[in-house]
Amino acid sequence: MYGRKVKLRFLFIAIILLTLILTVFLILKSLEENVIYFQSPTEIKSLTEIDKSKIRVGGMVKKNSISINSNEVNFVITDFKNEINVSYSGAVPNLFAEGKGIVAEGFLEDRNFFSATKILAKHDENYMPPEVKEALGEK
Amino acid sequence: MFKLFEPNKIFKITSKAPRYVLFLFIVVLIIGLVEALILSPEDYKQSDAVRIMYVHVPAAWISLGIFSSITFLSICGFVFRNKNFFLISKSLAPSGFVFNIVALVTGSIWGKPTWGTWWAWDARITSMLILALFYAMYLIVWRIYDNEEKVFKISTFITILGIINVPIIKYSVDWWNTLHQPASINILSKSSIHSSMLYPLFIMTAAFALFSLLIFLMKYNTELIKIKNKGLDRL
Repeated sequence: MYGRKVKLRFLFIAIILLTLILTVFLILKSLEENVIYFQSPTEIKSLTEIDKSKIRVGGMVKKNSISINSNEVNFVITDFKNEINVSYSGAVPNLFAEGKGIVAEGFLEDRNFFSATKILAKHDENYMPPEVKEALGEK
Repeated sequence: MFKLFEPNKIFKITSKAPRYVLFLFIVVLIIGLVEALILSPEDYKQSDAVRIMYVHVPAAWISLGIFSSITFLSICGFVFRNKNFFLISKSLAPSGFVFNIVALVTGSIWGKPTWGTWWAWDARITSMLILALFYAMYLIVWRIYDNEEKVFKISTFITILGIINVPIIKYSVDWWNTLHQPASINILSKSSIHSSMLYPLFIMTAAFALFSLLIFLMKYNTELIKIKNKGLDRL
């Protein structure tokens, strides 16, 4: 149906595409640690040594864990398996609340204590009007 | 096989169609904006900031869709040695690039009030920036070289390089921890966007698609005029 040249050109493109996909896959696989934006408390717990460089920890703000002092906010980040205590001084984003997603950027003091220099709120993929949320909450 | 692409026939369509598409675009855009900005409810968590979604998400969808189409058409053009496919790709690219930039800028504006930062080097945002760079490369190649054969080959190669990035953009939020939230709309499962917010989203997507179609028709018409002026009656 098609000429030999057409088939060869198609094969050529297919091979280029396959090669590139494999290459990119290998690169991303080896760079995985740098591609992820934050680590979970569980990943922090399993660290063999504590790095002094800046890292990000992400998870949920534990219920009833926020305590606000004069110049410091303390709270607990949880991934429902492990927890980490965070202290932060500065303004928090509007969406910062208990039970909501959070990413804290800063330095690890030890496996249980993290001092944040920046707080980012992570919102989830659910969008709904307030009335619907209330109705869901009542159930 | 490609008798469908008789230049004279297409030219009749591309020279007349834009005015109707423009009319349709304006109508759909007005409906979409009224739905998105006035009629749709505010979000329980983000309140009015959620309205940026009605521009951000359709723009991102369209830019991804256009890049995929450009790649498909370029590969077809390369395999079947058909110049017309390349001209369609070339005419599609500008609106895709514009929507890519729109998605990045609105994402940044949305990020400040919700996340607390304008920019984050997370996988979704970075891969979207890379897509914009591929669009830029693709558009520049058409201007650098005068030799058509060369342009066809290099532009095809750029689209093949760039298309690998498209599934990475799509699945970045599932494969890695990102600041960007995961997808709300899946073909297989129920959408996590409430239906009252879903309709304006789809209407805005239709409006943006019509805008892309409009720009495409105008660009493509210009390409056809160029061919006519050269006195070549074939593609």
